[in-house]
Amino acid sequence: MATNTRSLDKVTLLDWYRQIVLIRQFENRCDELYHQKKITGVYLHLYSGHEAVGVGAVAALGEDDHVLTGYRDHGIALARGVDAKPLMAEMMGKRTGVSGGKGGSMHLASRAHNFWGGYAIVAGHLSLATGIAFKERYMGTENVVLCLMGDGATNNGYFHESLNLSAVWNLPVVWLIENNFIGMGTRIEDSSGQPELVKRAVAYGMKQGPRIDGQNVIEVHEAISEAVAYARKKGPVLVEALTYRYKGHGVSDKQYDARDDLKRELDDWQAHKDPINILKDHLLAGFDGIEAELAKIDTEVHEIVEEAVRYAEASPVPTYEDLIRHIYVE
Amino acid sequence: MAEKNVPMREALRAALIEEMERDETVFVMGEEVGSWQGTHRVTRGLLEMFGERRVKDTPISELVIAGAAVGAAMAGLRPVAEIMTINFAFLSIDAIINHAAKVHYMFNGQFRVPLVIRAASGWGNQATATHSHTPEPIFAHFPGLYVACPSNAYDAKGMLKTAIRDDNPVLFTESIALYSKPSLIPEEEYLVPVGKSDVKRQGEHVTLVSYARGVEWSLEAAAMLAKEGIEAEVVDLRWLRPLDLEPVFESFKKTNRCVVVEESLPHFSFGSEIAAQLQEAAFDYMDAPIKRVSAMDVPLPYAKEIELMALPNAQKVVDAVKEIVY
Amino acid sequence: MAQEIIMPDVGSGVDEGILLNWTKKVGDTVNAGDVIAEIETDKATVEVPVSAAGTILQLNGTPGQALRVGSVIGLIGAAGEQAVPAGPSGNGAAKPAATPSAPAVAAPAADSEIEDGSLPDGVKASPVARKMAAERGIDLTQIHGTGPGGRIVKSDVENWTPAPVTPAAAPSAPALVISAAGFGKLPEGPDVEIIETSKMRSRIAQRMIEAKQQTPHFYLTVEVDVEPLLKFRAQINAALDEAHKISVNDLVVKAVALALRDFPNLNTHYYGDKLARHKRIHIGIAVALPTGGLINVVAKDADRTALSVIAAQNKEMIARARDNKLKPDDIQGSTFTVSNLGPYDIDQFAAIINPPEAGIVAVGSAKKTPIVLADGTLGVGNRMKLSVSVDHRVSDGAEGAQFIKRIKELLETPAGLV
Repeated sequence: MATNTRSLDKVTLLDWYRQIVLIRQFENRCDELYHQKKITGVYLHLYSGHEAVGVGAVAALGEDDHVLTGYRDHGIALARGVDAKPLMAEMMGKRTGVSGGKGGSMHLASRAHNFWGGYAIVAGHLSLATGIAFKERYMGTENVVLCLMGDGATNNGYFHESLNLSAVWNLPVVWLIENNFIGMGTRIEDSSGQPELVKRAVAYGMKQGPRIDGQNVIEVHEAISEAVAYARKKGPVLVEALTYRYKGHGVSDKQYDARDDLKRELDDWQAHKDPINILKDHLLAGFDGIEAELAKIDTEVHEIVEEAVRYAEASPVPTYEDLIRHIYVE
Repeated sequence: MAEKNVPMREALRAALIEEMERDETVFVMGEEVGSWQGTHRVTRGLLEMFGERRVKDTPISELVIAGAAVGAAMAGLRPVAEIMTINFAFLSIDAIINHAAKVHYMFNGQFRVPLVIRAASGWGNQATATHSHTPEPIFAHFPGLYVACPSNAYDAKGMLKTAIRDDNPVLFTESIALYSKPSLIPEEEYLVPVGKSDVKRQGEHVTLVSYARGVEWSLEAAAMLAKEGIEAEVVDLRWLRPLDLEPVFESFKKTNRCVVVEESLPHFSFGSEIAAQLQEAAFDYMDAPIKRVSAMDVPLPYAKEIELMALPNAQKVVDAVKEIVY
Repeated sequence: MAQEIIMPDVGSGVDEGILLNWTKKVGDTVNAGDVIAEIETDKATVEVPVSAAGTILQLNGTPGQALRVGSVIGLIGAAGEQAVPAGPSGNGAAKPAATPSAPAVAAPAADSEIEDGSLPDGVKASPVARKMAAERGIDLTQIHGTGPGGRIVKSDVENWTPAPVTPAAAPSAPALVISAAGFGKLPEGPDVEIIETSKMRSRIAQRMIEAKQQTPHFYLTVEVDVEPLLKFRAQINAALDEAHKISVNDLVVKAVALALRDFPNLNTHYYGDKLARHKRIHIGIAVALPTGGLINVVAKDADRTALSVIAAQNKEMIARARDNKLKPDDIQGSTFTVSNLGPYDIDQFAAIINPPEAGIVAVGSAKKTPIVLADGTLGVGNRMKLSVSVDHRVSDGAEGAQFIKRIKELLETPAGLV
């Protein structure tokens, strides 16, 4: 894909680099904490490998635009600018977590960032995205909803009903499929009659966007920027980003991905299509003497993550009052 | 106060119109709510009055009707989504239970879901097994959701207006058999509070507890029993959530006997719940077993003769009362 | 081996009681502590519990009959066992039953009886019927149930009237009755109503004459500064639930009990040339009954029992006394008595000793009163008067004075009461 990188300044690219590295380090730390039994919730789905999709796509949004995703949501929260501290506190089930320790890894959200949450019923949030987008049309405003989902989310009724309704009502939604070729343990070709998922757009009569390299943050950003502009003025767009998960479906399921064929595939992605390496190569080629800046970012991010862990560990657990609060609006 | 007799369908329609006029964020959506004029005619004329922006016909997509309504509510609108009949709400159930009822809690109060899902409920007219459900208790099982089940036109109007104004998601069921039944309704605006039961008839000898259409049978049964000197008190719960059992406990302490009347099935049911709570709260006041009058534990068949055999009615309530008033 | 059920002591000075009802019947299974009979004495109605678990083999006596304290009123054993009591040596030597004419009772065999046994109280009754019967002191076994399967329902309890109690055919109780004849001509005419003196009044009359005529009383009064006591009470009550809240009377009971520890001579009873010194301190508390008359309930080991426990137990006993539901234990064994008329706004009074006790403390009401302060000026104090009546046969003025001073000290420094 021809990318006009000169239009992107160094500051922006370094910011994306910082975000991608932050997500990677945050997720690695979560993995450790899970195995140290400091994150004790059974479900922990890491965004490692997908970082460029989330960072590039979210970067295409304005502050008043909206974003929702599924349960693999840590990276989206971080890309949207949510502080690592309350995110890590949520992982540990602390009162200071973004969801007060009541949502956990799969249910991060920050209303202040128009990050409407991670949702754990596969594709359930697609219907919410149509509703949020409807509100924009209803009020005559022009904000856009970016709705990310995995390839696994494309085969239940929520996908069909939500995409169809968005087309019928001409809603401002960018539907972005993060296709990592496997839904839990089932390969895309075993679950989808049409494995080129972006072609589904045709069935709904909505704009078919590109099928993009999800490991290249610049390409993701460019494609989603175009899609957002289209959705804002016209209507829904379907985009598919090809990516790869590094740490299994959930961290407790990594053994499955250690299967020989998957392991070879993973090694190949990590060796040749790693989003950090791709962006780093690009920066090294484009900006002389940038190594020191990248190293500095790596160190700073490390400290951010460690600070988040310290914050989370020191935070109090929720109380009985928290248990019974917010069942209903009081 | 000027009053006139209005059937429940018109009372509901009036509630929708009043609330849409009052609040710009209120809109209706659902299958056939617009140009068809509403399957049960509750939304008759709304499209003409409020236009396509606020009266949204949808595809036959019960899951996204509920789910999109949740999203729109989270974003600040007050959707009134119609599921044509509650039988189809089984297709919406994930959006209702996993999303509408959970979002406020799961994200620690960051989002609100001021949503009403209206659904016609009940059996009759040989609608058969898949179209004859009254599964309100299933929905009432889940914290986070309110469940409103009016028994008459007056309550229906006041409750729907309250439901629309409430910041919590409400499943609002409307008994099909009650749509044409009128009650006296004042011209002035009124509201019926959330989660308040209502004693529909006073009596000394037995407490009948019910909601929605069961209240009608209970009142009929009470009139029949009165001729034999048995005075039944009829408590209409109106809301299965929030569930207000105080008037039931109070009544039971007086009568010491209770028959629970429900349109729906007997297992793991409304009746089971009321009986359980009653014995916990008022064991020392019990003078006879708590009886339940429910539909028979069968899928509803087509043929009228056996359909009616399976369903509750006033006579079955009378019989149950006589079993425990000795 | 069958065990004898012995008619318990139902209050000092009472040696028999009238059987009102058997609350169990022969063949019933009972647990230790289950009430088997209701007995009326001239002091109160009391419930008689059994001390062992088993099946009731025999019950001696019919309602209306007088049962002597200490007599065998029934037998308890294993189902099907012969109604033969254990021999004195416990070796099973055959011994005639207490009532030889009573036939041996075989264990009930009918199914219905066995089913009954698994029902609470052995009867089928609705929860509300049970509750009402308990509140009204009605024995459910006396009621005929009209509900399904003979279930006793609310209306059965409402409509039940007790069978008239037949007076004992040959009452062996000593004549408590003091004939009106000895008092001169009984007034008559429209301006006067003649009332039978109740058994309880007769009993009180007899006891009080005895006490006043035979016990040489002397009386001592002190004034207690109750300001600290009332503050102390408010403080501890703030931390206690309703059942354990402490009354001023509970505090006085505690103080008297502690003072008796220091003055054991006043916990001594006079029996002529013998004195019985009680090592345990049980304080009788005079309770006025709603139907007239009074009865002493007994705070056992009041010197050693925690205040809040005394308070809770006193509350329960007083409630039982007023509901006519006393247990024998409630009214037995008093060694010294406290009578409190404080609630009636009485400044002070001298109480009559309850023989054979050596004294009684009479409590007046706490009042705001002008007092001379340490600096000689006048101030307002909160004072309560305590009087002790002492049996001069047992003790003397100096000891009585030190005793009441000790009570005063304890009440004025109430922290020592806990």
